[in-house]
Amino acid sequence: MGSGKRAAIVGIGQTAFAKQLGITEAEVACRAIRAALDDAGLAPRDVDGLCLYDIESNGVAEIATMLGFRGVRFFSTHSHGGGSYCAIVTSAAAAIAAGHARTVVAFRARNRGRRSGFGSGMMEGGRPWEKVAPRIDGMYQWQVPFGVAAPVHEMALIARRHMLDYGTTEDHFGEVACAIRSHATSNPHALMREPMTLADHHASRFVAEPLRLLDCCIETDGGAAIVVVDAARARDARHRPAWVLASAQCLGPAHHHPHDWFGFDRRRWIRAAAERLWGTAAVRPDDVDAAMLYDHFTPMVLLALEDWGFCGEGESGGFVDGGALRAPHGRLPVNTHGGQLSEAFIHGFNNWNEAVRQLRGTSTCQVPDAELVLVAAASSDPYGAVLLSAS
Amino acid sequence: MQPPLPAPNPDTQEFWDGCRRHELRIQRCADCGTARFTPRPACPRCASLRFAWITCSGRARVHTWTVIHGPTLPAFADRTPYAAGVVRLDEGVFMVGQIRGCDPHAIHEGMRVAVEFDDVAPDVSLPHWRVA
Repeated sequence: MGSGKRAAIVGIGQTAFAKQLGITEAEVACRAIRAALDDAGLAPRDVDGLCLYDIESNGVAEIATMLGFRGVRFFSTHSHGGGSYCAIVTSAAAAIAAGHARTVVAFRARNRGRRSGFGSGMMEGGRPWEKVAPRIDGMYQWQVPFGVAAPVHEMALIARRHMLDYGTTEDHFGEVACAIRSHATSNPHALMREPMTLADHHASRFVAEPLRLLDCCIETDGGAAIVVVDAARARDARHRPAWVLASAQCLGPAHHHPHDWFGFDRRRWIRAAAERLWGTAAVRPDDVDAAMLYDHFTPMVLLALEDWGFCGEGESGGFVDGGALRAPHGRLPVNTHGGQLSEAFIHGFNNWNEAVRQLRGTSTCQVPDAELVLVAAASSDPYGAVLLSAS
Repeated sequence: MQPPLPAPNPDTQEFWDGCRRHELRIQRCADCGTARFTPRPACPRCASLRFAWITCSGRARVHTWTVIHGPTLPAFADRTPYAAGVVRLDEGVFMVGQIRGCDPHAIHEGMRVAVEFDDVAPDVSLPHWRVA
């Protein structure tokens, strides 16, 4: 959709990020949302919209109850975790553009540090893939009984195929990890701030070949929240608004489950979404100053670069060679906070906060005069992207 | 330790019953003729609800693979590192399974494999792939 700049992000908030925060996901959500409203200079009474992930343990009713939201008139939940964090903001912006809300809160609260499980439910902390039942139905029955159980196993299969098809190498995966880590070194909130070299990457142990430990994001406790408002409120905002310039979603018959992924050419529906995105915004990939790409695993950043047209199909390895992803002078600085690989794994939602900081000029890894930022969801899932603009 | 096992429903029962007999059963669209996996009520090519079950040859080629070192589920921990992959059956569909019968690092794209069944429970057999 093209919002015609009818909605903007004017508040960002987050908790500390840690392996174990020691508070519930309910408190994580409350803290992140309060921080975002404070940042925006708005109060709970101003909130009339609520958009969130369907895997969130805090539902819309729980959030309204805990924070005393009285005037919510638009709410929506969105499937597919990291695949949906752009859908959440698209929904918020669409609701605002259609007059269903003026001030929408969106967030992710996520306690997944290994020791932080707080319940037996699939989404109640810890690692969901480890909480598999003795008998399983649905899509996972076609992979988990065979030992393809964790997301990294799925992504390894996709990564291997990219290597076979296009000559992508482990060095390319390593450069994604190292470039993003180089940004985290200046971010005091990042969980992993030590500089990393390609040798460090190659020395880390294999988890599922061809993927190593340093190809994987870091399971984290923490939360992030944003406030999306209409144009009138945005013009009165305390901080420079991050305008929703355009967004595009896409969904086809093939996603991360390995038996599905290879049977269809996913690029057919993704390419159409990319054309909608750039066409609506009337800008081109070369105009983008920084990108926040979902980096649950390094190869998926390479796919995203191809999917949204920063390079041709199969050319992402060559694109990242030579430091294209590295701020401030690379061709496309990516994940200037450290992303899910080095800052924290908040199902992508911390990417909004960093995108907004870039447009405000307040990133700890600032791209000079950043005016246009792309935020893209998980390339392995039902998918989408949003373009944010400073003006 | 037993791996997590499938819980068949009316859409998938024929596949899992076939495995129990050591037959690989998939659906073929009765309108456009496209073979499909996983089992489902409609054809992803033409959305037809009409289909027939066919028995596969059990022959396939390796399409992609991983060598899993862990972490993994406890049921698989004692066999790490193990090779698992996606194979393309001669009938054109893709399936996930372990790839066996050679050094995991000798697996290559297009390698010929054949189905073998593990009888893991009285009501469940799982199809894996052995180098042909």
